[in-house]
Amino acid sequence: MLTDQSTRRDSGLWAMLHLDLPLLLGLLILALLGLGVLYSAGDASIAVLQKQMVRLTVAFGTLFVIAQIPPLTLLRWSPWLYGIGLAMLVAVLTLGVIGKGAQRWLDFGFMRFQPSELMKLAVPMMVAWYLAEKPLPPSPKRLLIALMIVLVPTLLIAKQPDLGTSLLIASSGIFVLLFSGISWKWVGGAILLAIPSAVVLWHYGMHAYQRQRVLTFLNPESDPLGSGYHIIQSKIAIGSGGLYGRGWLNGTQSQLDFLPERHTDFIFAVLSEEFGLFGALILLTLYLLILWRGLYIATQAQGSYSRLLSGSVIMTFLAFFFVNIGMVSGLLPVVGLPLPMISYGGSSMVTLMAGFGILMSVHTHRHLLRSS
Amino acid sequence: MSGAQLPPTAPGRRQFAIGLIAVMLGALMSRAFYLHILDQDHLQAQGEKRHLRTQALPAARGIIYDRNGEPLAVSTRVETVNGEPEELVLQREQLPRLARLVGWDSAELTEELERRACRKEGSKHIFLKRNANPTLVRRVEALGIEGIFTEPGERRFYPAAEIPANIVGFTDLNGKGLEGVEYVYNQRLAGSAGSERVIRDNHKRTVERVEIVEEARNGEDLYLSIDRRLQYLAMRALEKSVRNNGARGGSVVVLDATTGELLALANQPTFNPNDNKDWIVDHYRNRAVTDTFEPGSTIKPFTIAAAIDSGRFTEQDLIDTTPGYMMLAGYRISDARNYGRIDMATIIQKSSNVGAAKVAMELKAEQLHHMLTQVGFGERTSSAAPGEEYPFPGEAKGHLKPYREWQRVEQATMSYGYGFSATALQLAKAYAVLADHGRMHPIRLLRLEPGSEVPTTQVITLETARIVQGMLESVVAAGGTGTGAQVPGYRIAGKTGTVRKAHDGGYEEERYRALFAGFAPASNPRIVVVVVLDEPSGHYYYGGEVAAPIFAEVTAGALRLLDIPPDRPLELLRMASAGGKS
Repeated sequence: MLTDQSTRRDSGLWAMLHLDLPLLLGLLILALLGLGVLYSAGDASIAVLQKQMVRLTVAFGTLFVIAQIPPLTLLRWSPWLYGIGLAMLVAVLTLGVIGKGAQRWLDFGFMRFQPSELMKLAVPMMVAWYLAEKPLPPSPKRLLIALMIVLVPTLLIAKQPDLGTSLLIASSGIFVLLFSGISWKWVGGAILLAIPSAVVLWHYGMHAYQRQRVLTFLNPESDPLGSGYHIIQSKIAIGSGGLYGRGWLNGTQSQLDFLPERHTDFIFAVLSEEFGLFGALILLTLYLLILWRGLYIATQAQGSYSRLLSGSVIMTFLAFFFVNIGMVSGLLPVVGLPLPMISYGGSSMVTLMAGFGILMSVHTHRHLLRSS
Repeated sequence: MSGAQLPPTAPGRRQFAIGLIAVMLGALMSRAFYLHILDQDHLQAQGEKRHLRTQALPAARGIIYDRNGEPLAVSTRVETVNGEPEELVLQREQLPRLARLVGWDSAELTEELERRACRKEGSKHIFLKRNANPTLVRRVEALGIEGIFTEPGERRFYPAAEIPANIVGFTDLNGKGLEGVEYVYNQRLAGSAGSERVIRDNHKRTVERVEIVEEARNGEDLYLSIDRRLQYLAMRALEKSVRNNGARGGSVVVLDATTGELLALANQPTFNPNDNKDWIVDHYRNRAVTDTFEPGSTIKPFTIAAAIDSGRFTEQDLIDTTPGYMMLAGYRISDARNYGRIDMATIIQKSSNVGAAKVAMELKAEQLHHMLTQVGFGERTSSAAPGEEYPFPGEAKGHLKPYREWQRVEQATMSYGYGFSATALQLAKAYAVLADHGRMHPIRLLRLEPGSEVPTTQVITLETARIVQGMLESVVAAGGTGTGAQVPGYRIAGKTGTVRKAHDGGYEEERYRALFAGFAPASNPRIVVVVVLDEPSGHYYYGGEVAAPIFAEVTAGALRLLDIPPDRPLELLRMASAGGKS
């Protein structure tokens, strides 16, 4: 029996549920750690914790549902999802709801939806779908079209303006391209081309506040009460933690309200202040374990589409937390991205877990696919 | 479909992914290591700078009492409600309720908060309500608005309001004395604030008290020499008289004749220190010590005292004042009428300028000058220990020229109180010398502890003082200028004065200052009372007509309140039986 064979190869129950145990465990531990930090960052509010638990439930539910969908189905859906996402991005720019100075939301009356979240998965799916059609590595012409597939939504999202998400979407697409086996020469050429285009972007493509963020990133002390305030306060929080931290609920920067957006984008500073370098390393280790398992799944994936998509998903996860921690610790400019699985907030977590759902689907549907 | 086969791994992609992970995680970890370990001290210090604060522990300001322990200035605990405009503007729907509680116009408050929230430089902080009572503060807190914090403070309250206001003075909003006793003894009253280290959050709310660095030392309570009952009495009498005579203002000074303690000092106009809305700067000043005037005829007793003390005259010597005036260096000195040949007592009783001038011309300038300075003219009325303030801020010394610079005519005018200036308090102090057997004591504003020694200087001989005192009694007796100062049952000594006000180097025709200075009971003087009425504008303006009745009213009341026995009790008996018959 085909199913008997597969259950024998992968530990029974989990394969049947299409879940990958190591990855799931890693994510669960991360979620628990996140709840602990959030309790402290959210002024010990049970209400905040309850909301976050509802979101976690929805997110893990999404993971479970996506994991049941075979990669082949995902492949077929890819252009549709991309098309719908693109249409909604255009809609959001014309009739979206403005929140915090940016147009990011579509209001359907009964719920608000952020199309850029859908695009986080739809873009790598679409690029993988397009490139997997023909043998790899892609021809220069196909490469150019693939680049357009990435660039159009990236620019639309950057225009909202949501620099953080557009950065993630661009990198998710680019990871697909890199894994597709394009020549390193092309990569080198693209980097060379990126320098003059960065200059053009600086002068014509960025909002004043975005330029300001980059400038204050380079010298936060230049504007200690304005844009540099976030970075200075979060660096102080991290440094105050020392080796073992000030202890849970005892961070002065966090608990005395000096640290802005501490339960959302800057939650890493809370973790660092209260649990010290020790806590920060535990978080990074958890992230590393998840990366490791994800990368293993990607290398074991069958078929170009599955392999490209899963590789991109796991590397985008790396980019995600790298940008957040880099920004909070003053390595990168402030671009407004949450810390995956830890920050308070719903939509980006659901998308993230949907991505892990894809990884699990890719991993647990292998044998069935080969046997068919 | 190609997806069915295991595709070849593109060259170097796995290594690329692993390399990328290594580089990025490595960067994050080394950054974390740098901030947590290498930059830790600097960042922790920065953090402490943000949340550790040293804040003042307020000291309670001392209470000012009168000599009998009645409070004249007390402090109550209040709180100042502060706001952070940046947070308040985000809670717009709450602002109307907040505005109503703190007494702002709602639109005005919103506008002001927005203006401050947008400020680029300086403090955005706003005082929503200073010195609010705790009940109000609790109600504001109950609104649950973010961005409001309170600071403890004190509010000064003056139970006797305007009655002793010129003496007691007042404090500013921060509790620092600005006038009067509050100003002079600010250091003793204020005590010293302590300090404590606290942890404050980003909204400046104190979250935790870490330690007390220095305990607050409360201010000292002060007992003034003032008697609140006499103060009321003097103020009411003065106020009534100023109103009835249409005067510009006036002062009443009451001294303890034997100690120099100031028992009452009333001025008109004055102010209510509890209500800072209608303060008029001109009303703050203690006219009895800051305003000088020519003392006029009230000086004549000192001219006669100098004459007798000098040995040149005796009280029986007769002075010829005919024809009621005299010319001196082209200057006319005149009396109300021709008194003929009169003795020293009559010069005082009738207030003869010619008589006083003729006596003075027989003396050396030095002798007259010596007498005037000995009784305190041209000098401060009080002494101060080294490092201590004089009790009356802004006190004027008056103007008394050195005798070497006196013209001959000046020597004559000085004898009846023109050509030099003095304050009401100086005049009272000088009369205290006559009252207390020729002994001079500095004026005191703080109560003397019972049994303490009073340093005195004998400046007029005992005998001369007794003689002049008798002359002053004749002023108040029938035939004198000061009969209005009589108090039934008591022997009163005093002197009237009606002075033309100096103006632009000359004298005004129609503007007068009415004076009366005296003491009682004459047999054993206990209190000195000086009355100054500035520009009485009614039909009456002579000191004997308008100032003497105030003197009588204040003295009568004071003698009764101080329980001083009558030294002419028979008069009271006669009055009682006369009243019984009618």
